[in-house]
Amino acid sequence: MADSEQREGMHYLESFPRRWVTVYIPLLLFLFFLLFPFYWMGLTAFKPNAELLSTEGNPFWVLEPTLQHFRKLFIDTSYPSWMWNTIIISVVSTFLSLAASVFAAYAIERLRFKGSHQLGLAIFLAYLVPPSILFIPLATMIFQLGVFDTRWALILTYPTFLIPFCTWLLMGYFRSIPFELEECALIDGATRWQILTRIVLPLAVPGLISAGIFAFTLSWNEFIYALTFISASENKTVPVGVITELVEGDVYHWGSLMAGALIGSLPVAVMYSFFVEYYVAGMTGAVKE
Amino acid sequence: MNGQPIRRWLDNRNALGILFMFPAAAILVVFLTYPLGLGVWLGFTDAKVGRGGEWIGIENYQWLWEDSVFRLSIFNTFLYTVVASVIKFGLGLWLALLLNRRLPFKSFLRAIVLLPFIVPTVLSAIAFWWIYDAQFSVVSWALVKLGVIDEYINFLGEPHLARASTIAANVWRGVPFVAICLLAGLQTISPTLYEAAAIDGATPWQQFRNVTLPMLSPIIAVVMTFSVLFTFTDFQLIWVLTRGGPINSTHLMATLSFQRAIPGGALGEGAAIATAMIPFLLAAILFSYFGLQRRRWQQGGRDS
Repeated sequence: MADSEQREGMHYLESFPRRWVTVYIPLLLFLFFLLFPFYWMGLTAFKPNAELLSTEGNPFWVLEPTLQHFRKLFIDTSYPSWMWNTIIISVVSTFLSLAASVFAAYAIERLRFKGSHQLGLAIFLAYLVPPSILFIPLATMIFQLGVFDTRWALILTYPTFLIPFCTWLLMGYFRSIPFELEECALIDGATRWQILTRIVLPLAVPGLISAGIFAFTLSWNEFIYALTFISASENKTVPVGVITELVEGDVYHWGSLMAGALIGSLPVAVMYSFFVEYYVAGMTGAVKE
Repeated sequence: MNGQPIRRWLDNRNALGILFMFPAAAILVVFLTYPLGLGVWLGFTDAKVGRGGEWIGIENYQWLWEDSVFRLSIFNTFLYTVVASVIKFGLGLWLALLLNRRLPFKSFLRAIVLLPFIVPTVLSAIAFWWIYDAQFSVVSWALVKLGVIDEYINFLGEPHLARASTIAANVWRGVPFVAICLLAGLQTISPTLYEAAAIDGATPWQQFRNVTLPMLSPIIAVVMTFSVLFTFTDFQLIWVLTRGGPINSTHLMATLSFQRAIPGGALGEGAAIATAMIPFLLAAILFSYFGLQRRRWQQGGRDS
């Protein structure tokens, strides 16, 4: 990325202290603001209750780290099954959406059939429909389909936001593959299916990874559908379980809440750390195309 | 050669297009388009949980119009969206400009800056809930120690403070998204433009005003439309932090719709509230559409 060096030529003009004031100090403040809640989450998860509820001493450190909150989480609540539900639902809905999106994106972008342009626009509009205006009618449908309070309720509804996103993103990737490659293959007698599986898909692997990672985190983070369509404790997903089951009346189990939030965030954070570039490409690609 | 007709049929663009579109289109029509219509219809009925509704015309809307809580929720939604979006844009652009400079550990910085955006909102909202706790807030603790305040701040217990606190949490989550998207936009601006401006004697401010901003404006339009859309329909953060309280002062249209429809059981009324959000969303979508058109036009056709 040569662009990052674009203003290099100007930098010698800036004296050292000035650079601290204009760049490093604001940046450090930003980092503090953005990262402090994570530090606080992690710290609280390991603090014994006595330290949590005392106003004495330094709250920014933990004197006697404990695993009691994690123990409570895994023994007294259904946290392991929330985790398992979240994993299954996210993986299945991501793969379903990705499969449907590959075909849709290829058709819209490359087959150029009648009405494909309008369909592309429709996909973009579908991407902009927020879950908060769909959850009520979807709840009645889920109930009538008899899948209320099951994983299917979420596996069937998550694609409503995953497919538009993945299709939109993949359309951008397919667009960047030269037409000539496909034309050559067509002349050599390849079928459309062969072109898709042997030429286009291998070239679009980065796009598939981007879309997959992004779709996975979107389903992992989903809340309003999971809150509405699931009621039994053992069927909940992590975000819903943590917020509904760890608060008993006025008693907040802060330590366990934080431990639950920490562990629930880890899978997406770890996955993100491995695929940062793909994730960023997916996010910026979706708004740029 | 029995497979020949099928094969020829499969090489027909229109036939194959329909075949390829089918899975995605079927799911979207059944679970997106249909419920969208169903939601609008439910808004005109008195449906309750467990029983289908009768058509009652615009009664829900008439009732809502008289309902002070609904009016308050519209006001709150606009306040929340406008204030949070303006701050997110300002801070996001600033952070993007900072990250676009020559920095050590640049890609690492960019990676950790985005963390608030990828972590599940509900889970990070729990951290904010604890940070805002009336008795044990670490912010209050620090301010008391510094001698700025005498009493702990009741962040989520007082209407104005609760609004400010929820907006701050929303900004925390949204800034990385805006910053990273704008950074991607900044990186597409050709260095030669800055060189030309520098040769013409432009000051850094003039360069920013006359090169960076115009080149960035199409992507700003799109990013901010997304940001406004997500903020306007936000549910999770408010639900975790305040559930709309205190005295409904943080209820957004989305949270009010949920509260009336699911715990309250009034599906029709909840659907009416959700439907009332659609005109505002349409306005935002049109804005985004024209933003995209302008980008195409400015860059002389499609960019790859």
